Amino acid sequence: MNIHEYQAKALFATYKIPVPKGNVAFSADEAATIAATLESAVCVVKAQIHAGGRGKAGGVKLAKTRDEVIPFANEILGKILVTPQTGPEGKEVRKLLIEEGADIQNELYVSLVDDRATGSIVIIASTEGGMEIEEVAEATPEKIIRCVVDPVLGYQAYQGRSVAFQMALPKEVIGQFVKLLGNLYRLFVEKNATQIEINPLIITGDNRLIALDAKVGFDDSALFKHPDINELRDLDEEDPLETRAAQHGLNYVKLDGKIGCMVNGAGLAMSTMDVIKLAGSEPANFLDVGGGASKETVQQAFQILLDDPNVKGVFVNIFGGIVRCDRIAGGIIEAAKEVDLNVPLVVRLEGTNAKEAKDMLAASDIKLIVADTLWDGAQKIVAAVT
Amino acid sequence: MSILVNKDSKILVQGITGKEGSFHAAACKSYGTQVVAGVTPGKGGQVFEGIPVFNTVEDAVHETAADVALIFVPPPFAADAIMESAAASVPLIICITEGIPVMDMMKVKRFLADKPVRLIGPNCPGLITPGECKIGIMPGFIHKKGNVGVVSRSGTLTYEAVLQLTDLGLGQSTCIGIGGDPVNGTNFIDVLEMFEKDGETEAIVMIGEIGGDAEELAAEYIQKNVSKPVVAFIAGMTAPPGRRMGHAGAIVSGGKGTAADKMAALESAGVTVVKNPAMIGEAIQKSLVK
Repeated sequence: MNIHEYQAKALFATYKIPVPKGNVAFSADEAATIAATLESAVCVVKAQIHAGGRGKAGGVKLAKTRDEVIPFANEILGKILVTPQTGPEGKEVRKLLIEEGADIQNELYVSLVDDRATGSIVIIASTEGGMEIEEVAEATPEKIIRCVVDPVLGYQAYQGRSVAFQMALPKEVIGQFVKLLGNLYRLFVEKNATQIEINPLIITGDNRLIALDAKVGFDDSALFKHPDINELRDLDEEDPLETRAAQHGLNYVKLDGKIGCMVNGAGLAMSTMDVIKLAGSEPANFLDVGGGASKETVQQAFQILLDDPNVKGVFVNIFGGIVRCDRIAGGIIEAAKEVDLNVPLVVRLEGTNAKEAKDMLAASDIKLIVADTLWDGAQKIVAAVT
Repeated sequence: MSILVNKDSKILVQGITGKEGSFHAAACKSYGTQVVAGVTPGKGGQVFEGIPVFNTVEDAVHETAADVALIFVPPPFAADAIMESAAASVPLIICITEGIPVMDMMKVKRFLADKPVRLIGPNCPGLITPGECKIGIMPGFIHKKGNVGVVSRSGTLTYEAVLQLTDLGLGQSTCIGIGGDPVNGTNFIDVLEMFEKDGETEAIVMIGEIGGDAEELAAEYIQKNVSKPVVAFIAGMTAPPGRRMGHAGAIVSGGKGTAADKMAALESAGVTVVKNPAMIGEAIQKSLVK
């Protein structure tokens, strides 16, 4: 789960990680009120959406005086920002972060991520702040410093010093930096984060470290431990169909193609998307109905697929292991009664109770095309749609 | 021969009285697997389908000499269950549970590092040596005893590949799901090494997916150390970057972990990479004729 920059900065503040003074605004008036409380006349108006690349897309403006805040706020609020991370449809800006301008002497980069290879949290730091870290890693890999933290021992100050000296930080900020890493690590562990990124972490003219940006992602599997974090979820930033799917225990990701797919198991669901592409079309979604699929979940899944206006055909691909095919067939039959199935439907059922399921479907009056294999199904649905 | 498990393996099931645990313990038993013990704290002394239930793994191992643990404990308690089996020196631990917090798995991995135990999973279907024992949630009837080793990050996609093999008359030595989580116990290389050494395995199916670099590392390993034919499929060619595709570990982030990169790495290591998952069986058939 991701949160907004303003939420991440509020969380930083509770962990004594220095951030600029500021607050979130939902209107231009609120933006002006917040600007009036800030000490510096120069302030920054930042669009709050769950995507990076906001600056280049026109979502971050520097107001040289407080009077400029209102026009900038009016300009950005309601705007659809298109960045490399939002996709071509972009994201609407519904809130702004208004914060005081900072005296930037130097821009650094710091992040903490969970590292699969070592099964540990890794600190990544660089003197090349303010740039895309992937680009830095590509062009000048020697400028990326990595430090693996033992998950049992936790972060040790010597590790922070080692990173700081490798970055050749000025001596006035080394102590602050070592503490900052410790606080970031504590936040990461205590809140089950999967990623914390500060880009840039700045050194001010008077040698203070400030997190000018803040990006934090959390482990969905650990949200049950953190109701406070769960409350930070912003449904406006999520696709409504995805939200609905999640409420029904379905794992759904909306895509841009026209063939809706309903599959059990994540690997098979991805492969089903892949074969649709190989057969000459594009998948409209990823959908894993999970191991415990019942009639009701299948019905819900159908409804969600058909509520996507791009969907011109549906491919059901179930390999019964734990999931019994006859239950899926029952769900399809029930769903067909409830929803108006006005697009071609291809069904491939294999594994546990597949024969019973095929008989059930044959005995019903639903118009569907039966497929014998994964490839057969993909070809049939693509042919039926085009 | 087979790898890791055979007809002599003695299984204890942690979480045997739960919904999933009881269903699958019974299914494993009816496949012919020796399910010798169950563990559910507080239910020691009960008997489930003829299987004695114990309060602790230590008790179960002491009384039954179980040498494999199969875990169905819910996510908040699963890491603890793995560590309990590891502390009791159960040499092979298979964790089916999906949704264990990453941080919990980091601690588990560190805890296991200096112990003579192997963890498979979590978030996996388990493993099966056809005709001998099934230790997991896969449908047993699609499998057939034979000479193809299967290793996969996925569950149902593995069943798909296995059925293709069986339909072509190609049996399997052992099929292992290593799981879809970012931090897991056993990786591709561990299993490839075992299949390479196993006298019964003649060809290997490797099923990977987007996210991480386990497939790239496996490619390097195969080039240097694997003489048997390997057929690979990578799921997620059409997955958009930055989105998690069901499995916690299946995500392309920062341009890393794409299906294209993994396929290229495997191809350059001499692996037969199939783009169409429906062609896995045929590709193995061809590799065995060569």
